[in-house]
Amino acid sequence: MISIEQQSSSSAQANGLAIINSKAPFSSTHGKDALDIALIFGSFEQKVSLFFQGDGVYQLIADQDGSLLAIKDYLKTFSAFEFYDIEDIYVCQQSLSNRQLDENFHIDEVKVLSSIEFSAALNRHQHVLRF
Amino acid sequence: MAIALTFQNKIIPTDKQGYLLDHLLWQKDLALVMAEHDDFVLTDAHWEVIDFVRQFYLTYNTSPAIRALTKAMKAEFGEAKASSRYLYKLFPEGPAKQATKYAGLPKPARCI
Repeated sequence: MISIEQQSSSSAQANGLAIINSKAPFSSTHGKDALDIALIFGSFEQKVSLFFQGDGVYQLIADQDGSLLAIKDYLKTFSAFEFYDIEDIYVCQQSLSNRQLDENFHIDEVKVLSSIEFSAALNRHQHVLRF
Repeated sequence: MAIALTFQNKIIPTDKQGYLLDHLLWQKDLALVMAEHDDFVLTDAHWEVIDFVRQFYLTYNTSPAIRALTKAMKAEFGEAKASSRYLYKLFPEGPAKQATKYAGLPKPARCI
């Protein structure tokens, strides 16, 4: 677990867009829609952070293959985040443990936060979109 | 107006701007035909970008828009070929747009 360092230095500083992912992948278009928005913001050099909570945490779990469902496996695109300057990716630890999921993610640089840290990180953002 | 793209006696389905509907039908010779339709000449420098964009798509399941493309190319080819200036010289109508087309990929949703 990684603590939130910016908190003390710039707690009052609003910080771009937060996108909350709260739905499992592939059961609906929510995850893909959230990804599209994130990439658009990244393409225009707008700061964007991704938050995963509830069933949304399933989007980060490794060894899934959406192509088995004959739909585009958008999770593969997560590995390209570095090219869109998307670096702040947070997952709720409580949501993981409620679902008995290990911290076995298909991308690096995922920060696992406690519920309190998670909402503190969310609070640092000026705008929040929930999917 | 739909463009009827005929290749090796088969009709290759495209959208109205000439992008392939099925990227698995792509091959280099088909790209040459597509470029010829547009009166566009592909040099080795173009091919380098086209191959790179295609590899990006196969890896990440998305066509890179210009900014992501330059960042990714920087990692692969270094600074000189990673500027949008260099890419626009090669593809004046928009590097991401044109390179994805000849790479047989869908037009990036987040264009230029």
